[in-house]
Amino acid sequence: MTNGAFEPRLVGFLCNWCSYTGADLAGTARMVYAPNIRIIRVMCSGRVDPQFVLKAFSEGADGVLISGCHPGDCHYQEGNYKALRRHRLLTRMLEQFGIEKERFRLEWVSAAEGVKFQQVCNEFTEQIRKLGPLNWNGGKHERSQA
Amino acid sequence: MSEMNKRITIDPITRLEGHGKIEIFLDDKGDVERAFLQVPELRGFEQFAVGRPVEELPRITPRICGVCPTAHHMASTKAVDAVFHVEPTPTARKLRELVYNAFMMEDHTLHFFFLGGPDFVVGPQAPAAERNILGVIGKVGLEIGGKVIRVRRECRDILNYLCGKVIHPVCGLPGGVSKGLDEEHRVQFLETAKFAVEFAQFALQAFDDIVLKNKEYVDIVVGDAYKMETYYMGLVDKDNKVNFYDGDVRVVNTEGKEFAKFKPRDYLDHIAEHVEPWTYIKFPFLKKIGWKGFIEGKDTSIYRVAPLARLNASDGMATPLAQEHYERMYKTLGGKPVHNTLAFHWARLIEALQAAEAMVQLLEDKDITDLGIRNIPTEKPDEGVGVIEAPRGVLIHHYKTDPRGIVEETNLIVATIHNSAAISMSVEKAAKAFIKGGKVSEGLLNMAEMAFRPYDPCHACGTHALPGDMPLVINIYDKDKELVKQLKRD
Amino acid sequence: MSAAKPKVAFYWCSSCGGCEESIVDLAEDILKVVAAVDIVFWPVALDFKKKDVEAMEDGSIAVSFINGAVRLSEQEEMVKMLRKKSGLIVAHGACSHLGGIPGLGNFWNKETIFNRSYLTTPSTDNPDRTVPLEKVEVEGKELTLPRFYDTVYALDQVIDVDYYLPGCAPPRDLIMNAIQAILDGKLPPKGAVLSPNKSLCDDCGRNESKPEKLVIKEIKRPWEVEMDPEKCFLAQGIICMGPATRTGCGERCIEANMPCRGCFGPTDQVFDQGAKFLSALASILDTDDEKEIEKIVDTIIDPAGTFYRFSLPSSILRRRRMEAIK
Repeated sequence: MTNGAFEPRLVGFLCNWCSYTGADLAGTARMVYAPNIRIIRVMCSGRVDPQFVLKAFSEGADGVLISGCHPGDCHYQEGNYKALRRHRLLTRMLEQFGIEKERFRLEWVSAAEGVKFQQVCNEFTEQIRKLGPLNWNGGKHERSQA
Repeated sequence: MSEMNKRITIDPITRLEGHGKIEIFLDDKGDVERAFLQVPELRGFEQFAVGRPVEELPRITPRICGVCPTAHHMASTKAVDAVFHVEPTPTARKLRELVYNAFMMEDHTLHFFFLGGPDFVVGPQAPAAERNILGVIGKVGLEIGGKVIRVRRECRDILNYLCGKVIHPVCGLPGGVSKGLDEEHRVQFLETAKFAVEFAQFALQAFDDIVLKNKEYVDIVVGDAYKMETYYMGLVDKDNKVNFYDGDVRVVNTEGKEFAKFKPRDYLDHIAEHVEPWTYIKFPFLKKIGWKGFIEGKDTSIYRVAPLARLNASDGMATPLAQEHYERMYKTLGGKPVHNTLAFHWARLIEALQAAEAMVQLLEDKDITDLGIRNIPTEKPDEGVGVIEAPRGVLIHHYKTDPRGIVEETNLIVATIHNSAAISMSVEKAAKAFIKGGKVSEGLLNMAEMAFRPYDPCHACGTHALPGDMPLVINIYDKDKELVKQLKRD
Repeated sequence: MSAAKPKVAFYWCSSCGGCEESIVDLAEDILKVVAAVDIVFWPVALDFKKKDVEAMEDGSIAVSFINGAVRLSEQEEMVKMLRKKSGLIVAHGACSHLGGIPGLGNFWNKETIFNRSYLTTPSTDNPDRTVPLEKVEVEGKELTLPRFYDTVYALDQVIDVDYYLPGCAPPRDLIMNAIQAILDGKLPPKGAVLSPNKSLCDDCGRNESKPEKLVIKEIKRPWEVEMDPEKCFLAQGIICMGPATRTGCGERCIEANMPCRGCFGPTDQVFDQGAKFLSALASILDTDDEKEIEKIVDTIIDPAGTFYRFSLPSSILRRRRMEAIK
């Protein structure tokens, strides 16, 4: 937290072949972008189990990003299409839990798109900053104070 | 002396609607001033059904009660029929009625022999250790005991076959059912149905031998302590005969004259629910009269449901053997309507006989094995009401959906609830009749139980195979909350 | 000299009574059980009171079977007391195992549920806006009710649980096997769910009818179509929770030609049944086109209420955000 203002905590699942490499490119090129995202490398965006997304939210993430290869470019042929379908269905389900659809984002970032990665991070961070913290408290009980 | 304020707590009540407790307050003379039956349970089905696809409600609402899930499943399925503006096929309707009558038969049998019956069969003054199924078997014989278990198991197997599982059936769909009956099973189940008729008659004979031929019991049945003058409500067919599955809702007044008759979908014009801050349960009453409080007699707005009420509200039974017993009951108890609460037990056995006879009729009809068991809905869903007679009374499911069939609103009025005012009053009446001058005795314990058990409240399930009677502890405190006396019945 | 019979207790929290019925449905077998154990507490059936349990020594009850979810303060107190007095606690049935159907209340809270039950239902006549209170004085007498929580809890979220008997209600053979295992002292490691660790699809009679590549082009709701009684539901486009649900139920619903709704909960390897099923379902949707994906997803109405039908309280997110409830 800087000056008590809300700093979004974002988790990003990046696929090894495209997006993670693209993020690396942004890094090595010394592009400046919001530091709020914590990156987790997976081999494919299709590897992202919805349980990971839920766990991230329940443990303090204000926003979750999945980033993979552009449609047609997946290293494993179809993984990113699975990610796309899961993302759409999961977004719908998260709304039923009261988690706004803006908090869960799917992007296609290729190995060459360092600039795009920079833009996505900045945009996502600002969007969540406006939305506010998620403050997931589903785990806390109001039970009898024995 | 003078300023003593006595409170007697009975907690928990058992063989009753889940979690319940009774609070009895004595005045300075040690007589009962007030008694309250509190229901400390709520789950919120009406609210959490919102957002669900309406066709899923027949699989969600049975979880209101694991003893009568079939009642909820059927009421819900009928409500979903209404929401989709579709009728079941003739075969599907027959199958639903078969399932439903099989369920009524086994559930009523269960209550009489394991739950309410012991009071009668063994006797209210019998030692506590005998007031249970084993005592009943001792009185009626091992043969009947074995038959009770067998008839129950076979009827429940019909439900297991047609509905997937007997605890929380799944077969109901708008416009039909999911599974049909083949010839092999029709023949097998017909044997069960015939056995059920034979058994139901056996049970009524036992009731006659043990209760009706015993003057002491008859005096208790017709006595004042267990009498309550209310209106009565039940489903009737077009000839005003008792029907469990479908029909119009009929209400008769304290003198047995028809007060109202309406289609299930118009229930809101006639039934309203009153709220009290000391219990989670609500108290339905007759809307056209308005809430008059917890009173009985001709000025009351309270009505009762379930076996005795259904018989009171009808002009007769729909099947011949049951009709004979119906006539006999009213002749014995002095005409219609009968206000004696203990007669619920008798009426219950008469209903079990009708259910068994109906099973035979349905299974003798070979068309029940037809393959056309689904009408696929074609109209847009919007709103519908499904009403059925649960063993414990009129059960109302009312759903409103959006054009896609997603539930927007529900209203559920669950059978036992219609009796909640009467149950509370019955308990208070019994307490006032038997606790006087601060003297609390074993007799009280039995008599207080007998006030609510005839209603067969919804959660009465687990007593089936085990000895048991109601655990009662009565704690008597003085106004400084010191325990003055404790009476236990183990 | 015979050893004393082990003491057994049964208790129900926010329950429908179906699990009590499941014990009764042991029918003749219950006599074997009754002969082998001493039932010391069973509010629905026997005359033992709360204070009798209080008076027992800690650990003196060999095993307590607790069914129902926890949503009232009285239930929390009772299960905590039973935990102290019992050697083993078995979570009996879907409600105590996962939260069960009452767990759907976690899409709401106390206020919305009370509002509906006591204020806004069309048949309720309540001009004074009376609602049940934890403490109230009526004609000079004080009456109390237990507190109603905003959230429904599975049993292991309130006390330490040793074993789980899954199902709504658990089938007879599973219950008998569990009781026999307890009597014989042959229990699996603590925390086990007492049913095989495979998915329903493994045992389902329709498994063979699955095509080599199972895909769904269109989702159908059970009321919309004639359902083929021999073919895998998913292959017909009908949502069936089989892939994400533990086996052991005997496929009772499938036999009645209705799809599975997941009452047994997930297998050991899965944390969150609903999320796992969502993953499986999304994977087999037969389209890669963004617009078509949106269209199909649109037809999956109520994903949360369907995929978490029995398991909402025990899911990762547990409940809908309180701030989102109006």
